[in-house]
Amino acid sequence: MSEQVMKNLIEAAGIMGKGMLGIFVVIGLIAIVVYLLTKVGNKGN
Amino acid sequence: MEFLWEGLLAITWKQVVMYLVGAALIWLAIKKDYEPALLMPMGFGAILVNLPFSGVLNQTMAGVGETNGIIQWLFEIGIEASEAMPLLLFIGIGAMIDFGPLLSNPKMFLFGAAAQFGIFLTIVLAALLGFDIRDAASIGIIGAADGPTSILVSQVLKSNYIGPIAVAAYSYMALVPIIQPLAIKAVTTKKERAIQMEYRPAAVSKTTRILFPIIVTFIAGLVAPASVSLVGFLMFGNLIRECGVLNRLSETAQNDLANLITLLLGITISFSMRAEQFVNWQTLMIMALGLFAFIFDTVGGVLFAKLLNLFSRKKMNPMVGAAGISAFPMSARVIEKMGIAENNQNHLLMHAVGANVSGQIASAVAGGIVLGFFM
Repeated sequence: MSEQVMKNLIEAAGIMGKGMLGIFVVIGLIAIVVYLLTKVGNKGN
Repeated sequence: MEFLWEGLLAITWKQVVMYLVGAALIWLAIKKDYEPALLMPMGFGAILVNLPFSGVLNQTMAGVGETNGIIQWLFEIGIEASEAMPLLLFIGIGAMIDFGPLLSNPKMFLFGAAAQFGIFLTIVLAALLGFDIRDAASIGIIGAADGPTSILVSQVLKSNYIGPIAVAAYSYMALVPIIQPLAIKAVTTKKERAIQMEYRPAAVSKTTRILFPIIVTFIAGLVAPASVSLVGFLMFGNLIRECGVLNRLSETAQNDLANLITLLLGITISFSMRAEQFVNWQTLMIMALGLFAFIFDTVGGVLFAKLLNLFSRKKMNPMVGAAGISAFPMSARVIEKMGIAENNQNHLLMHAVGANVSGQIASAVAGGIVLGFFM
């Protein structure tokens, strides 16, 4: 495996770890806010 | 008389391959009904741009200089310069989507996130196969199962493979009913596929529906700023739909705008299907990597559902996790069909639709996050 491929592979692994974490953070936050909004909305009704 | 066969004699074997690719795409669109709105224009465009001295590309004429070709101009203005076409299409898509099933069951959001796993695994595999990291990231985005996102990310990252990436993204989206059942069956048991899920949606107020696109834009924009154009335009379309005072604009976005952009996007993207760029081993590798991405999106969603089942008393049907990909509504339909095949009382459609629309948001966020790594 060439040095460049190795470098790309390490970078790709970093993108994978941080990327999945980032998606779960964004989507998780949205899910929590929506859950709270729905709760508050239903209480109001 | 030489001018009569000058074009014929200039045809290269690679261009002949592209005529066959174009014909195959047209055949898939017409005969198999696979994403016809995109594959048909792309197929015809593949023929147009590969005719020798084609007038749809810029040409240099003796005594005149460079003349503009319409497809090259559309590509340079509509995609290369501003990514306007895929982004405008997002307004239409946002206006088409009813996020109600997701808002009434927010747990389904998580499957949208889990089913982006194929994107990132494919980036690693593409890097391992020797692709440059920007190309690897662009190839991975095929797993977003979202044509406009794939086109936008590969264009922003200046990938050398926009054509094959677009073809792979749209082809595999059309093949979701074939790919997903095989992948799901490989990682689930019959007993798991037969799990029934009760559907008791919480009521969703109009205020929630209106606030939702604004909140999503804020959160996605603050955590992953590069996703703002994708998520923002998707949510703008949805706000037009839900606000209740722009029905005419909503109708226009859902129909006229989406149709017009779709019509032009397919033929415009064919600019990147010129033989010298398209006919190479990398194209075949990209097609294989795209399939890999779709399979591991599905597997990621299913395995995540199984993981959640370890910690919850009310078991979920793990197939619902597979609907977290962005291919809407095909994926939700596949899950409903598979659920009924195991037990004719097992209706999973509404759960799957929730996961599926979450996938729409998650794939746009994923696109933005990937772009963020290169900003």
